[in-house]
Amino acid sequence: MRREEYIDLYRTMVRIRVFEETVRRYHIAGKAPGLVHLCTGQEAVPAGFISVLRPDDFITIYHRGHGHCIAKGSSLEALLGELLHRRGGVNLGRAGEPHLCDPATNNIGSTGIVGGSVPLAAGAALAAQLRGTDQVSVSFFGDGVLNQGVMFEVLNMAAIWSLPVVFVCEDNRYGEFTESATVTAGERYQDRGAVFGIPSDTLDGMDVLAVCEAAESAVGRARRGEGPSFLVFETYRFTGHHVSDQQEYKDSEEIRAWKARDPIPNYARWLAEKGHMDDAAIARIHSEIDDEVEAAAKVADSMPHPGPEDLGTHVFA
Amino acid sequence: MQQTERQISLKAAVIEAIAEEFRRDPETFYIGEDVGVAEGIFKQTQGLHAEFGDRRVIDTPISEAGMFGLTVGAAVAGMRPIVEIMFSDFLTLVMDQLVNHAAKIHYLSGGGFRVPLVLRTAIGVGGVLGSTHSQTLYAWPAHVPGLKLAAPSTPADAKGLMTAAIRDDNPVLYFEDRMTYNLKGPVPEGEHIVELGVADIKRKGSDVTLIAFSRMVHVALEAADALAAKGISAEVVDPRSIVPLDTETLIDSVARTGRAVVIDGGHELYGIGAEVAATVAEGAFDYLDAPVMRIGAPHNPVPCSKPLEAMMVPSADQVVAKVERMYG
Repeated sequence: MRREEYIDLYRTMVRIRVFEETVRRYHIAGKAPGLVHLCTGQEAVPAGFISVLRPDDFITIYHRGHGHCIAKGSSLEALLGELLHRRGGVNLGRAGEPHLCDPATNNIGSTGIVGGSVPLAAGAALAAQLRGTDQVSVSFFGDGVLNQGVMFEVLNMAAIWSLPVVFVCEDNRYGEFTESATVTAGERYQDRGAVFGIPSDTLDGMDVLAVCEAAESAVGRARRGEGPSFLVFETYRFTGHHVSDQQEYKDSEEIRAWKARDPIPNYARWLAEKGHMDDAAIARIHSEIDDEVEAAAKVADSMPHPGPEDLGTHVFA
Repeated sequence: MQQTERQISLKAAVIEAIAEEFRRDPETFYIGEDVGVAEGIFKQTQGLHAEFGDRRVIDTPISEAGMFGLTVGAAVAGMRPIVEIMFSDFLTLVMDQLVNHAAKIHYLSGGGFRVPLVLRTAIGVGGVLGSTHSQTLYAWPAHVPGLKLAAPSTPADAKGLMTAAIRDDNPVLYFEDRMTYNLKGPVPEGEHIVELGVADIKRKGSDVTLIAFSRMVHVALEAADALAAKGISAEVVDPRSIVPLDTETLIDSVARTGRAVVIDGGHELYGIGAEVAATVAEGAFDYLDAPVMRIGAPHNPVPCSKPLEAMMVPSADQVVAKVERMYG
């Protein structure tokens, strides 16, 4: 990777974190009502993985998906506008967080149903295969999906048809408030892919460079027509399942240990050690991104709410 | 000299529509269980695999939920799939991807994504296939905004509605009563389109309107013959699509006749017959000479018994009896 690419990765992670903090603020102020799921702590997977994709590649996401939208290139204004349910939002303010998508970036989105977007990603991969393009489709989902039946059906079809799709499980250890290990059989999560003969692996999802490397390999495979991969990234959400969740079900020692693995300061240290950036440059990036998100938030907050005339539009194409 | 019109079966008419659209549009493909080399359990895809091959006619594992979900994804990516769910009974297996995904993606994306797919499925009672291979479950998806539903009664309509469904930019559910597959009738050669949402008057009449869907249109026509012998002139109206519903033609007919019976092969309780009856009762209230009546299947599962199964299908006798009651 070139120096600029290393720095861009850092920018993307910081942009996601500042964005999430802004969303949290607006939620608490009552301007982004409903359920809001932040990906604070998990930035390395969307930032790293999507950095190797092309604009015409497809992704599907899930309820913890702001980071993926940002990494895939959504406008911060339109994204924040959507979370504030404004007409200028990326989905006209009607999708809100559970159903975020962005047609302009080939982000098929989240659907509000755990595991629901997994078949959509494989379907976009099938379309690419049938059309003979070399587009790749990436399905991002949480560990909660590991026990949803539709995932198994889709893995089977992805394997038998050698679809250009990558399954990316972001294992943050909890499905809502329940520790996944207590409700998930089998020794390793990655075996759920391996049983279908799909190359599968478990990786450090707090290390953005490890994410990039795994993504290069899996996406390259898919693009060359060599079929799907199933990757489990171990990560951790620093905030609750949703903003109001106080996380009483988590052990404080566990939280402390994972916060020590925070992908952003750790990567900043690495960048400094390698001489890609000094402390002043890092501070400048933070201040630029603070300004960028603040400006986007001002625009989003000035967008009008949808009106009665918007209620019944786009029911049918 | 008048040319004899070509007569083909309803099943052949559907296949013809699909083949013609497949030749016209390379973005179309067919996907389902046993639909390729096997040509479908009712031979309802006969010839398609031979002409279009593995990449256009795709056999899937028995994984309805996942397979249908993949189809939705391919449609979102811009292709125009026809996905076969062998029996409408199996819609239960695809409900999440149908109701929460296919139906809502266009709306929730703010119009940016479209889901131009056709879900082809069989309905109807016959052949003692039992309670999970005989249901007519079109009332369920009809309740969900974002889905269109078509149900042809004749070979010509079957071709025209299938062509329209493939070209539609929305998810269209296409219901064929498997007991009408071998029904023959005249079918136009070449491009033939029956727009969704346009009813057809299958028989003109002046005393009562019989509104019927799919195979029930033939029950209504049989009843109309019997009623004519009793001096009652019945009009038979086939809405052809359930959503959108051609309320104007229905209300107009009932306003002329003053009486209506709705005949539907699905269960009567909470069925589409109730919705249609309410629609014409509201729209033609000032012209009604009798309450709007409904006939549908009884409220029990379809049993595996030939004599009991027969009781699950509305009959012309039942229609005649309902109409006669209106004349008290």
